[in-house]
Amino acid sequence: MAILVVAAHDGKTVRANVSSAVAAATQMGSDVHVLVAGSNAGEAAKSAAAIAGVAKVLQAEDAAYANWLAEDIAPLVVKLAPGYSHIVMAADSVGKNIAPRVAALLDVAQISEAIQVVSPDTFVRPIYAGNAMATVQSGDKIKVVTIRPTNFKAGAGGGSAPIEQTAGGAASGLSSFVGAELSKSERPELTSAKIVVSGGRGLASGENFKMLEALADKLGAGLGASRAAVDAGYVPNDYQVGQTGKVVAPDLYIAIGISGAIQHLAGMKDSKTIVAINKDEEAPIFQVADYGIVGDLFQIVPELTAAVEKK
Amino acid sequence: MKVLVAVKRVIDYNVKIRVKADNTGVETANVKMSMNPFDEIAVEEALRMKEKGLATEVIAFSAGPAQCQETIRTALAMGADRGILVQTDAELQPLAVAKLLKAVVDKEQPGLVIVGKQAIDDDSNQTGQMLAALLGWSQGTFANKLHLADGSAEVKREVDGGLENIKIKLPAVITTDLRLNEPRYASLPNIMKAKKKPIETLAPDALGVDVAPRLKTLKVEEPPKRKAGIKVKTVAELVDKLRNEAGVI
Repeated sequence: MAILVVAAHDGKTVRANVSSAVAAATQMGSDVHVLVAGSNAGEAAKSAAAIAGVAKVLQAEDAAYANWLAEDIAPLVVKLAPGYSHIVMAADSVGKNIAPRVAALLDVAQISEAIQVVSPDTFVRPIYAGNAMATVQSGDKIKVVTIRPTNFKAGAGGGSAPIEQTAGGAASGLSSFVGAELSKSERPELTSAKIVVSGGRGLASGENFKMLEALADKLGAGLGASRAAVDAGYVPNDYQVGQTGKVVAPDLYIAIGISGAIQHLAGMKDSKTIVAINKDEEAPIFQVADYGIVGDLFQIVPELTAAVEKK
Repeated sequence: MKVLVAVKRVIDYNVKIRVKADNTGVETANVKMSMNPFDEIAVEEALRMKEKGLATEVIAFSAGPAQCQETIRTALAMGADRGILVQTDAELQPLAVAKLLKAVVDKEQPGLVIVGKQAIDDDSNQTGQMLAALLGWSQGTFANKLHLADGSAEVKREVDGGLENIKIKLPAVITTDLRLNEPRYASLPNIMKAKKKPIETLAPDALGVDVAPRLKTLKVEEPPKRKAGIKVKTVAELVDKLRNEAGVI
């Protein structure tokens, strides 16, 4: 049976993590379809059709789908579900919002944040902030799965799957979109950046994050933060890396003034190389860091920024 | 309007968990248990509604073994009015908990249900959304701010790119994110008072809910350990290592 990947998009292209979801889906079966729902989603549907491994794109047009409200998208997915063995979404804020609603409407369990597909009905997923890995087997007829994008290598482009229109349903009338307050940044998106520079409570103020911005810009890096820094109001919530924030796995993660609580480590310990800069040599972050410097970040970070420049 | 909050008993967030030697799960014997931190935020939000006169009664729900009474007592000590425990020693997965919650919602008819967005043990992030689906209600997930208006709620949500505002029809299910509020501590007099507050105990059967797990846990293992690396003395040394040893810059 075919597999349905439900894609989030910005109206022009599907999110980068849809390629990872497709990659995961191809490990569950061979016939992968992608649902692109939206209002004027034609361009996004084309971008989905270009992902290698996609057999067909279903485009559902309706004004109600414009803002990804779970109350409207979930019934559409449920309507399509009987034709599929699996429904797959990336475990981002869209997938986490919609997938459980779909699963409950289908009366099936949901597998959250799968990091490995063992077989079409068996998945590995992290529990306890990644301090344990559970292998779970689903006995349900339809498997609803969210996947952690950093664990599935996005496939190449160059595909040319056919795009089919599919009829939407009526708007639920339960919820409406009012507006968004999105962080504006020229920097790479946190979850897909090759390098991430992340700051914690040690920064002591939002103003001091400018110092990290300078370093991030030199490195072409995304900017992240620990929960402590977000809670203290230094940076917006979408910077948060950790168990309940974003999970990143860049080539290089530079943790600055972050002590390394297990909840933070959960979000970054799969990074290829980890650098820690902290004045406390006992900080747990050093236990996962490949390279650590003990010292004053206010001295080290500008020095590092200058040194990187001298490349 | 009644507000129902769900509170889960989990291993305390400060505990370093241990995987059982036989790989069947995580060691929970003789481990400190607490209320799931996101659920504390749910309780706090409900209490603030009551204090503002927006809610008439706050009911704390939990499901699981008899010890979940303690978790409900914590909610009562924070200020909830009464508790409902669906007592079972069976393994409860999110879909089952959502069904139990739905049965209680059908009985109690709250105008709002607030739950934590995720429990820090199984990290599922499902129960609230599932409950909203089963009830046919709207959902305001990952709430950063909640404002009740006439027959509706404005919810500011934490999403990937920042924040998003939606308006949802009541009754609704809200799931809490970290920045929604800062939960209060229970005072000693309130802890004493909580001992006298009623907790109703129900069985899943009596609610007509089949809680049999849909996912079978085949094994639970330790994650691969990351080795601690080296400490370098100077920035120059660090840059050299990153450039020539790790090859990442």
